[in-house]
Amino acid sequence: MLSPYIPVFVGILWAALLAAVLIGVSLLFGPNRPTPEKRSTYECGIDPMIGDARTRFSIKFYVVAVLFLLFDVEVVFMYPWAVLLKRLGLLGLIEMMTFLLVLVVAFVYVWKKGALNWE
Amino acid sequence: MANVVVQTLLEKFPESVSPAPDFRDEEAVCVAREGLPEVLRFLYADPDTEYRLLEDICGADYPEREKRFEAVYHLYSVKTARHLRLKVGIGEEDPTLPTATGIWKAADWFEREAFDQYGIRFEGHPNLRRILNHEEFVGHPLRKDYPIKGRQKLTRPSNLGWDERKSAGNGGGSDAEAGQPEQMILNIGPAHPTTHGTLRVLARLEGETILEADPEIGYLHRGFEKTAETLTYQQVIPLTDRLNYVSAMMNNVGYCRAVEKLLGIEVSKRVQYIRVIVSELSRIIDHLVCIAANIVDIGALTPYWYCFRERENVYELLEALCGARMTTSYTRIGGLAHDLPDGWVDKCREYIRERVPRGIEETDTLITKNRIFVDRTMGVGAISGEDALNWGFTGPCLRASGVPFDVRKANPYYDYDKFDFDIPVGSNGDTYDRYLVRMEEMRQSLRIIEQALDGLPEGPISIEDRRISLPEKEAVYTKFGALVQHTKLIVDGILPPEGEIYSVTEAANGVLGFYIVSDGTKRPYRIKVRPPCFAIFQALPQLTEGSMIADLIATVGSLNIIAGELDR
Amino acid sequence: MWIDYLVWTVQNLLFPVVVPVVLLTGVILAVWIERRGAGFIQDRVGPNRVTLFGFRNAGLMQPIADALKLLVKEEFIPEKADRFLFFLAPTLSMIPALLTFMVIPFGDVLVLGKYRIPLQVADLNVGLLFIFAISSLGVYGIVLGGWSADNKYSILGGLRSSAQMISYEISMGLAIIGILIVFESVRLNDIVRMQGDLLFGFLPRWGIVVQPLGFLLFFVAALAETNRIPFDLPEAEAEIVAGYHLEYSSFKFSMFFMAEYVNMMVASGFIVSLFLGGWQIPWLPTEALVAHVGPILTAVLQVAAFAVKLWFIMWVFVWVRWTLPRFRYDQLMGLGWRVMLPLALANIFVTSVVPFVLGVY
Repeated sequence: MLSPYIPVFVGILWAALLAAVLIGVSLLFGPNRPTPEKRSTYECGIDPMIGDARTRFSIKFYVVAVLFLLFDVEVVFMYPWAVLLKRLGLLGLIEMMTFLLVLVVAFVYVWKKGALNWE
Repeated sequence: MANVVVQTLLEKFPESVSPAPDFRDEEAVCVAREGLPEVLRFLYADPDTEYRLLEDICGADYPEREKRFEAVYHLYSVKTARHLRLKVGIGEEDPTLPTATGIWKAADWFEREAFDQYGIRFEGHPNLRRILNHEEFVGHPLRKDYPIKGRQKLTRPSNLGWDERKSAGNGGGSDAEAGQPEQMILNIGPAHPTTHGTLRVLARLEGETILEADPEIGYLHRGFEKTAETLTYQQVIPLTDRLNYVSAMMNNVGYCRAVEKLLGIEVSKRVQYIRVIVSELSRIIDHLVCIAANIVDIGALTPYWYCFRERENVYELLEALCGARMTTSYTRIGGLAHDLPDGWVDKCREYIRERVPRGIEETDTLITKNRIFVDRTMGVGAISGEDALNWGFTGPCLRASGVPFDVRKANPYYDYDKFDFDIPVGSNGDTYDRYLVRMEEMRQSLRIIEQALDGLPEGPISIEDRRISLPEKEAVYTKFGALVQHTKLIVDGILPPEGEIYSVTEAANGVLGFYIVSDGTKRPYRIKVRPPCFAIFQALPQLTEGSMIADLIATVGSLNIIAGELDR
Repeated sequence: MWIDYLVWTVQNLLFPVVVPVVLLTGVILAVWIERRGAGFIQDRVGPNRVTLFGFRNAGLMQPIADALKLLVKEEFIPEKADRFLFFLAPTLSMIPALLTFMVIPFGDVLVLGKYRIPLQVADLNVGLLFIFAISSLGVYGIVLGGWSADNKYSILGGLRSSAQMISYEISMGLAIIGILIVFESVRLNDIVRMQGDLLFGFLPRWGIVVQPLGFLLFFVAALAETNRIPFDLPEAEAEIVAGYHLEYSSFKFSMFFMAEYVNMMVASGFIVSLFLGGWQIPWLPTEALVAHVGPILTAVLQVAAFAVKLWFIMWVFVWVRWTLPRFRYDQLMGLGWRVMLPLALANIFVTSVVPFVLGVY
């Protein structure tokens, strides 16, 4: 049952090894002579000023995340349905269309509320 | 017409206005400090004059006078197409003036510059702090008693906090740093891929929306005006190359034309035509560079190469003229450095008929109707014609807002009135219109060059005046008279009469003005450059607030800010 | 028998080791196509100076020289950076990129006697889901890279990319539901095999033919997912300098860079498999080929067909990049949510309802 996953695990190990080796090699070969200027944060030639970069960020990004969660779950629901649509027949179609309708209503609501404006 | 305005002012404000010495038919008056706001307001609002464009405010220093400092205002009326100069004397003990920012928004940076360079304080100015020099700098460098080599050691990069930047002068300040955790202050420039040259804008952001933008300039300030005071008139020419280094020829032409006005001489028709040709070629280069840079900032690299390929072609033409591509120094006072080389006219014809149009049309095809480009630029950084004029906009940026003002049409020089060309005008004043105006201006420039090449007259390339133009190099080695003339001109320089003039030309970015004061010696007493983009860049906050970072980038690109002339 | 072990080893050890190496080598070719293609489009030459044993090679060695250079460059780590995450981010960006390709079939099952070797690293029955699951991990690399450096531009780039990638992932996921309805499988090799059929007796039943809108949506979403122009906002150099990888230097930068190109190859492979018939050679089904030229040559031809299609899509990516400007953030999000999402839903509706109306089911 799990045999097709053996190469996947081998691949994960190998990719991780590759990444580690590449980073390691560059650490090994590259010079390392840090100075305060090299280690300072780039901000267009100016000393990093006025506030930290890791501040609280705009709430708008959070809205995107919530919307994503919503729709992504919907997409996952639709995969098995899509594959089996022929076998599910008309009932399956009606069921999914009802589900979609609810979702579209919600989508229109979100749109009208202005959550899809990013200006 | 000549002195109607001066007469009106003298009659209307007898206590505060007095006549200025008449020189080269320029309209100028002296105004007493107390009456200044009244006079300015009158000039702005009077329906007969409508001096809506404040071209320049600059300081000057005359240590021997009773009132040591002088503030000089250059106003322009689009309606009557006349300039007017106001001179206000200020004593050293109390160097203050009322601000003009309430009338012209353009006064903002010009007053800051006068404060920075001369220490003239403008009362009521919203944010009077240094602009070209560093905030640590002590003294005012353009004062005559400031030593030419008065270098100062500065300890740190300019690092004023947001509140300090905003509240200099009269304590305003903003709530940027006080309890607004979602806001981020982002520093864009001077070392940023899109601030071509060395511009810097601080932006207060929420998400990606700009709440407040604050441009900071002076990173390329090299003291052009101070240096020029130590050189002879001819020696200043190479310095003008470095003003707008993208179209150096136009600065050469503008400067030489100003000095020629000061001397009261007229160059030959051939020189005028050649100057027109090189100016228009430079205008094409400048517009190509501006459009290319603007497009590449919006993310499309390919049109950039098409534009730069053609720029390269035009550079070849200029190189054939003077051996240099960017730092041309081609003009001389009273003429040109060299005549056109053999075959240049034909080569130029081929280039402007076949090569340059190809680049323009390829860019046009790729970009003008590209939906993403249109979406990115239409309505972005828009400004109304009235506002643009009030901010001191000139050139393509002003014309994009619908004001058809072009020095070449309004105050024609060098036979521009004889050439057949149109002034393209936009309607929305946004980034897209600025792009369209520039595209069309290049086509019009090609038309002008074509006509100028056709009508190119024969004639000397330098005026016949022993006191102004150098003799032939060969004559210097063979004839005694020529040797003496050469030596005298090099050592003593050109000696213009005492007086002051203000001369403008239409450079690629707008009105390029030179205000030159001569005290009769071989060195200019004071040169003030009126760079077109200085006025334009100060309007950036108005153009960008409320939009996004990407809009700021698109807008800055379309304004064509050249740090060389911005900071001088 | 030893040959059993050999086949097992090839399938379970050799393939997963070789495929990532091939992909990384492919990056060289991809970069070469990108830069020479740019030169071609922009009326200039492009890189052509690096020689190999004294021979010019049209710049093919340039990407290798760049990679070697980056390998021996000094590493700058900003003082304020979170060192652990700073190291982790490029790794997280690269590993998923290399893994995703594992379920993409580059040839039909090779039948040698009693041995069946699928030309695909892992023939998973949930191949499509595997791709979506793994490739969405790539966003962590970008977000963490942006956050760990403690640089304002990086953080903006990280925020932009997370918003962008999750938004277009939805369009991407919805765009292929039509394909699933048509081909009734999430196993990629099945989907490819079904595309060998002919419609009306002459038209290959490729995804692009039966799902044209789905293809368009998927292609646009793929551009967005790989952060290519016109969707390269996470690293828009004109605005936020280089975005999430701004503070990265040396080989860690290179890893982000390679991950981007590997992701392009994965996206191309994905597009080819779903919409362009994968390894199918039009009008030449595997059985016919095997009958004529034998199994080995068939496999070679099919892998070649897959490669040609893949590199064609790569070229289209390059072509688009050197033609279009970049979106603005709100326009990008607007396109994703207000245009692509409704279109994708409409596509699902039409694809699922039409067969019932026509009485096919």
